[in-house]
Amino acid sequence: MKFETRSLHGEGMIDSVTGASSTPIYQASTFHQADFDHPPEYDYARSGNPTRHALEALIASMEGVSHGFAFASGIAAMTSVLLTLKAGDHVIACEDLYGGTFRALTRIFSRLQIATTFVDAGDADAVKQAIKPNTRMLLLETPSNPTLKIIDLRQMADIAQQAKLITVVDNTFMSPYLQRPHELGIDIVVHSGTKFLGGHSDVLAGLVTVNDEQLAHDVYQMQNGFGAVLSPYDSWLLMRGMKTLAVRMKQSQETAHCLALYLQGHDKVQKVYYPGLPDHPMRDVHFRQAAGAGAVLSFVLEDKDAVKKFVSHLSIPLYAVSLGAVESIVSYPARMSHAAMPPAERYKRGITDGLLRLSVGLEDADDLLSDLQNALDTV
Amino acid sequence: MHIETLLAQMGNHRDAATGSVSMPVYHTTTFAHPGVGHSTGYDYSRSKNPTRFALEEEFAILEQASFGYAFSSGMAAVAAVMSLFGYGDHIIASQDLYGGTYRLFETVTKKAGIHVSYVDTGDIAQVKDSLSSTTRALFVETPSNPTMRITDLYAMAAIAKKHGLVLIVDNTFMTPFLQKPLCCGADVVIHSATKYLGGHNDVLSGLVAVANAELAEKIGFYQNAVGSVLGPQDAWLLMRGMKTLALRMERHEQNAKAIVSWLEAQPDITRIYYPGRVEHPSHDVHKKQATGFGGMISFEVKDPRMVNSLLSHVQVMTYAESLGSVETLITHPVSQTHADIPRAIRESYGVTDGLLRLSVGIEHSDDLLRDLEQAFTFARSQK
Repeated sequence: MKFETRSLHGEGMIDSVTGASSTPIYQASTFHQADFDHPPEYDYARSGNPTRHALEALIASMEGVSHGFAFASGIAAMTSVLLTLKAGDHVIACEDLYGGTFRALTRIFSRLQIATTFVDAGDADAVKQAIKPNTRMLLLETPSNPTLKIIDLRQMADIAQQAKLITVVDNTFMSPYLQRPHELGIDIVVHSGTKFLGGHSDVLAGLVTVNDEQLAHDVYQMQNGFGAVLSPYDSWLLMRGMKTLAVRMKQSQETAHCLALYLQGHDKVQKVYYPGLPDHPMRDVHFRQAAGAGAVLSFVLEDKDAVKKFVSHLSIPLYAVSLGAVESIVSYPARMSHAAMPPAERYKRGITDGLLRLSVGLEDADDLLSDLQNALDTV
Repeated sequence: MHIETLLAQMGNHRDAATGSVSMPVYHTTTFAHPGVGHSTGYDYSRSKNPTRFALEEEFAILEQASFGYAFSSGMAAVAAVMSLFGYGDHIIASQDLYGGTYRLFETVTKKAGIHVSYVDTGDIAQVKDSLSSTTRALFVETPSNPTMRITDLYAMAAIAKKHGLVLIVDNTFMTPFLQKPLCCGADVVIHSATKYLGGHNDVLSGLVAVANAELAEKIGFYQNAVGSVLGPQDAWLLMRGMKTLALRMERHEQNAKAIVSWLEAQPDITRIYYPGRVEHPSHDVHKKQATGFGGMISFEVKDPRMVNSLLSHVQVMTYAESLGSVETLITHPVSQTHADIPRAIRESYGVTDGLLRLSVGIEHSDDLLRDLEQAFTFARSQK
């Protein structure tokens, strides 16, 4: 079945009693156990809820694997995966990591005696050299946030397989519509469902997929034991958003491409980061592993003052945190997503005081273009 | 202000824009900033959401705390509190702990290098004997689940103060309507708000109340950094439930007392666990720290073979896990909530094969008694 079709039918949940086309919201915390000797499928909603299960089946189907898990936020999904590690284990992570994941690794997991080495995962030798006898996990994001660097996932999967590491990819920027890391040999895929999957800036959620029974068991143990589960109502909202993922991504990507080309030609713009541009250094690698360049781009203005002027003259995009929604969002990573990262670390990753990130929504491309134009004229 | 008033008015007077009496559900993930360097106070819903914040702020007042935090489940709340501790720390916990908390301690907490000792915290000497130089906290449930052991909160607070420990109390069974552990000297209160606070078996949630700013900052940091937060719709549902907490708790207790009297008259019941009974060994200790006895009862049938027929023949009561809801639930701890606890350990504190736990609802007590009557009649005929 094609992706677009799976997105609509992957829940596998037609209510057998009523035949309802939409999965019911089971706002129930517990379930009647009619038969003493045969425990039912559902006994307590933290352990399993039918609405959440439908969502979990849907994301598994979209990523093309056997098991999905839903969490209260993207970072709850990521930390639940990291909790499968034990004290003394070592993690290698790509250095261009989402600020929240960086914070969790350096301030929470470090305290649990789980150390992380951050490397440029574009450099295979750097990754190999970072492997220690106690390394258990390789954590990657591609394209990276916010400078859209590309990591070769197949190459990373090979390195990890030789060293017996578990590979984890945060696939938030691409969504399974454009990139399915499991097909490239990745073990665990994590999503902030808050972003493109939900797509409407109205629900916080995190998702994890795996294709291996042992990993599924380990992740489930954390989901149930640690309890950072997604509520039934939010599960339903997320599924509702996922039904239009394909059409939204397609449209937003088209507009993003056109805006990236426009910005690249503008003299107030020093640099544009977008894997769809012909001069992106890793364009070929990206298109070997993904079906499109996505709907997020970043660009650099001269300095903070230019950013301030530009932002205050924009009228269509929201100036806010987050991305991946029907409405366009402009973010200022230095103050928002990467505020938790020390400035020296931040500059090293190209996250300068002039860098802005644009998540392109579903507005008309001409309207966005003239809005950007007006705001750039004031800089 | 009385707690009844605070409860009834939860979420009121907060929406200046429209005057809406019910707190709006802010189903938004992000918030527009007025300009660079300006924030409305809300940036991203994981960090702070208006609906969740209303719940957190008003819940804290109920527990007479300064800070409140809402999580996606009771277990997520426990995990957040455990983030206060790190590698090499030691924690003393009540031995008859909720099975989910025990599992979390034995998996997640243990892997992080934190050591937990389980003792009868009802016995002050046992707690003192377990102290070591690495002990950082006391983790207490009172009344305990399911055998209703009582821990003296004032005595625990004295030990905690003397040795610089954090006293953590899971207050799920009592709720702030009946017991306010921070007023007895505890530092942190945890709730599975899925239970009495929500009260309708329709929302999973956890709450944490903290008196001290330093501990609060750490838990707040963790809540945002790990992101196991409660969604806005569920935060709203929880507040909606809490508006009737006082009325519900009164009726739960009234019905529980009626059922206890009935159970006392039955020949095939060997034990009844309810802190409201004068015969309960810690009845007086409980009365010092709580204003009521709640709606939870456990009892042991003489012949464990009766369990199956009782559970399959209750009609008004629901055979299901969980507790604290408007409807009466009956649970078999050995096969449900305590299934992960080894037999020798659970039997040492009374969780035997014949033990049943009732979470008494707010139905009419006559209907509940009649239901028990007919189920027992059937079970006896099957022996």
